Amino acid sequence: MDGMNIPPTDAILGRPPAEVTIPENGVANLSRRGLFGIGAGALLLGTLAGNRTARAQGEGMAAAAPRPGSQVAAFLEIRGDGKVRLLSPFVEGGQGIATAMAQIVGEELDFDPAHFIVDCAPPGADYLVVNGRRLTGGSLSVRSSYATMRQLGASARNMLVRAAAARLDVPEGELATEPGRVVHKASNRSLAYGELAEAAMKLQPSEVASLRDPATFRWIGKPVARLDARDKSTGRAQYAIDLSVENMLQAAVTHAPRLGQEPGDLANEAEVRAMPGVHSIHRLPGAVAVLADRWWRARKAVEALNVTWTEGRSPRALPADFSSAGMLAALRAEKGAGNPAEESGDLAAAFAGAARTVEAEYDAPYLAHAQLEPPSAIARFNGDGTLDLWLPNQAPEMFQATAAGIAGLEPAKVKIHSPILGGFFGRHFLYDASAPYPQAIALAKAVNRPVKVLWTREEEFLRDGLRPMGFVRFKGAVGADGMPVAFQAAAVGEGPIGRYFTPNQPIDSSMVEGIAGKPYAIGAKRVDCVKVAQPPIIAFWRSVGHSMNDFFYESFLDELAAAGGKDPFEMRLAMLRDSPRHATLLRAVAELSGGWKRGPFDAEGGRRARGVAMASPFGSEVATIAEVSITDGEIQVHDLWIAIDPGRAVNPAIIEAQVRSAAAIGLSSSLLEEVTYEGGAPQQRNFDAYTILPHARMPRVHVRVVESGAALGGVGEPGVPGVPPAVANAVAALTGQRIRSLPMSKTRLGSA
Amino acid sequence: MLELKINGQAKQVDAEGDTPLLWVLRDTLGMTGTKYGCGIAQCGACTVLVDGNATRSCVTPAESVVGMEVTTIEAVEQDPVGARVVEAWTAGQVAQCGYCQSGQVMAATALLKATPKPTDEDITTAMTNLCRCGTYNAIAAAVRQAATA
Repeated sequence: MDGMNIPPTDAILGRPPAEVTIPENGVANLSRRGLFGIGAGALLLGTLAGNRTARAQGEGMAAAAPRPGSQVAAFLEIRGDGKVRLLSPFVEGGQGIATAMAQIVGEELDFDPAHFIVDCAPPGADYLVVNGRRLTGGSLSVRSSYATMRQLGASARNMLVRAAAARLDVPEGELATEPGRVVHKASNRSLAYGELAEAAMKLQPSEVASLRDPATFRWIGKPVARLDARDKSTGRAQYAIDLSVENMLQAAVTHAPRLGQEPGDLANEAEVRAMPGVHSIHRLPGAVAVLADRWWRARKAVEALNVTWTEGRSPRALPADFSSAGMLAALRAEKGAGNPAEESGDLAAAFAGAARTVEAEYDAPYLAHAQLEPPSAIARFNGDGTLDLWLPNQAPEMFQATAAGIAGLEPAKVKIHSPILGGFFGRHFLYDASAPYPQAIALAKAVNRPVKVLWTREEEFLRDGLRPMGFVRFKGAVGADGMPVAFQAAAVGEGPIGRYFTPNQPIDSSMVEGIAGKPYAIGAKRVDCVKVAQPPIIAFWRSVGHSMNDFFYESFLDELAAAGGKDPFEMRLAMLRDSPRHATLLRAVAELSGGWKRGPFDAEGGRRARGVAMASPFGSEVATIAEVSITDGEIQVHDLWIAIDPGRAVNPAIIEAQVRSAAAIGLSSSLLEEVTYEGGAPQQRNFDAYTILPHARMPRVHVRVVESGAALGGVGEPGVPGVPPAVANAVAALTGQRIRSLPMSKTRLGSA
Repeated sequence: MLELKINGQAKQVDAEGDTPLLWVLRDTLGMTGTKYGCGIAQCGACTVLVDGNATRSCVTPAESVVGMEVTTIEAVEQDPVGARVVEAWTAGQVAQCGYCQSGQVMAATALLKATPKPTDEDITTAMTNLCRCGTYNAIAAAVRQAATA
C-alpha cells in the first residue's frame, strides 16, 4: 500500500501514546477543575502515562516491577477445591474473553478451562499485558496477550512440577502432568495441583518453562463452552448495577439538559427533602442528586426537583444552538484539502485519462452505545484512607488514576473493582462527564457513607459518549475497460483517536480507517483527513471508524462498478488479483452463500437481491454478503453471510458468536439508529426513540471462520463494518436507489 | 407495608404502593436477577411472571400484584418448563453479555407454559425483549430446543 502511513485505531490503542507530552501535574490539576476536568485528551493520556508506575493494589506484591504477565502468583490461585481462580487482565462484557483466557492459560497449566473461575484483575503493573498497557478494547485482548498468557500457564505448571519433585524427592525430569495433577509414573504416585499450590507459589517463576506443542492442544483452537453460560441464564451473574455494600445510600441524578449547564436554584428543595426515604439533596457539576434509602425513592425525588439550570463555563459546553443537522451542514460545507492519509500514483493524470468520473457524498449519524446495563458506581471511603470503587470500566488503571485525582488520593489508595459488563461496545472508557463514578465519589465524601449512583436510561442517553458523525466526499473514475483507475476521498470531521490520543497529529486514524489502506488495486489514490471539531462528547463505538467508513467506501466502490458496467463481486475479485488473502476470503463468502448471484431474483415473498462488501478491521479480514427484499418501503434483510479471517482461532465457537453479534449491531446501525441533537440536547432519551434491532428483524447469519495462518487478528469488532455496505449494495441492486446516508430507515424506498 | 407473594413465599415489603415491582424485587428484597434496562417497558430486561404471564416489572406497580403469584428468575428452575428453558439456554450458549437474558428466559418460560409447541412465528411474536448483543437467533433456537426437550 503505497503512501499508507497511518497506523490503525487498534495499533494506536495498543501502544504507549508517545506523540503527546503531558505536564506532570496534569492529573493532579483535575480536582481543582472540578469533577469533569477539561480536555479529555490530556485526561486520558495523563492517566495512561501513569500506568507504568501503578502498583498492584493487593498485599505483598514485589516492589520492583517485573515483566507484566510473568508473576504467576499475581494471576493464579490454585485452590484445594479443584478450582483455579484466574485474575484476568481483561474485563468480560459478553465477548467471551474470560473463557478464552482460561483456555490459553489452562492449556499450558494443564488444567481444564471448565474448572476456572475468572475475575478481572485489580489495577497493577503485573496486568499491563497489552503492549505495556491495559485496556479491554480494540479487539486486542487475545492477540496482544496470547504469548504472555501461554507462558504464564507454562510457568505455573513448571512451579507445580518443581514443588512436586521436592515433595516426592524425585528428579523433575521423571514427572509429568495430567489435567490438574503432577504424576510420577515410576512410583505410581500423583499429587493434585491443589496440594502443591502453597509450596509452588513460593518458588520463583521460570521464564523459560517450555510450552506445549500446538499440535497437542486440547483446548486452544477448540469450541470450548463459555464459563458464564449458566450464571447468565439463571440471573446469578452479577453486574455493577447488582452490587451493594453495607450502609450505603442510593443516589439518583438529573443532569443538565445541555452539557455545560450548571444547577442553579432548587425551587422546591424543602418539599423534596420531605419525600419518603430522602436523605439529602446535592448540587454536582452539571447535575443534581438525591440520596435516599432506596433508589426508586431517590429517583422519584430527583425527578420532582424543580431545578433552574444556568449557563456554565465548561470548555466542553454544548452551544445552545447546536444541532446534528447543523453539524452535518458544517461538515458538508468544509471544502479544505486536509492532510493526506494515503497517496499513490498520479491522480490528476488518472482523472484526465478516465472514461467516466463519479462523485458522491456520504454521511452517518451520531450513535449511542445503548448497552442494556445502565451505568452505576459505588464509592466507599475506608477508615484506612483508601477508596473502594465498583464501576463498569474497560481500563482499570485509567479509572484509578482519574478517580484518585477526583478523590484527592494517591492512585495506590484507590481500589478499582471491575465487575462483568452488561454490554460495552466502547461505552466504558474515560470520556468527559459520561460516567457516574465522579458523582459517587463526591457524594460519598459529602455524606461520609458509601454511595451507589445509578443513572436512569434517560440520563444514560443524555450523557453517553457518541460515535462521531461521519462525512466523506468521494470522487472516482473508471477507465475505458470499466475498471477503477482513480480514487479520491476526503473524510471530514473528528474521531476519538484524534481527540483522545493524537490531537497534534495531522491524521486522525479513526477518521480514515476503512477508507485509506483498502486492499484494492487502483492506479491513483488519495485519501485526505480534514479535521473539523465536533462539540459533543465523542467515543469509541464497536469497530470505531470502520463502523461507518467501510460503508462509505464499499458503497462508493459499487457506484464505480455501476459506472464501469461491472459486476461488483467480479470487479472486486479482479482488483484483488495481487492480494491472495483477500481474494481467498471473497471467494469463501461467495461459496458460503451458495455462489455469487447479485439479482434481482425471485424468491419466496417477492424480489430479492444481494450485495457484497469487504473490510480489514482490527487485524482481521472480513467479507460479507447480504440478501434483501423491500416490503412497504422497508428493508428486510433475510440472510447475512460473513467470512472472517482472524489468522488463527483460539475459540471458533466464540468467534462465530462474536461475528453474529457484530452482524446484529452492524445491521441495527444500518437500518435504525441515530442520535439527533436540537438546541444542544439529544432528542432520543430511551429505547422508544432510539430504536435498536429487535428480534423480529434479525436475519439468519451464516459464519465461516477462515484460518489463513496470518498473525492473530481481533474478533469482537470486525464483523460490524461489512454489514452496512453489503445491505446498501443489495438495496441498490434491487431498487436502483443508492443510499448514501444512514440510517437507511430515513430513505423512502420504492418496491423492487 | 405491602404483602407480596414472590416465588411461593409471602414477603412483607416496606415500599410505597406505586413503587414498580422491579425496584421492590431488586432494592427492597435484594433479588437482583431481574434487571433494569429502560424503565418504560421497551426492552424487557425486567420480565417476571405474574400468575404465569410474562410481565414487565419496571412499569408494574407493586400494589397491583398483591394477591398474585410473582415468579422471578431466581426461582425459574423450580418450574419444570423453566428448568428446560435454562438447560436449553446453557447448552445453546445463548448468553453473551447476559444482561438481558434473565428477561429472555422468563419470556421463553411464559411462552412455553402457554404454548408448549410454538411455531417460529409464535416465538418471534412472544420474544420481543431487546438484546444488544444480537443473540436473537440463539434465543429462538433455544426456545425450539426447550420445546422439544
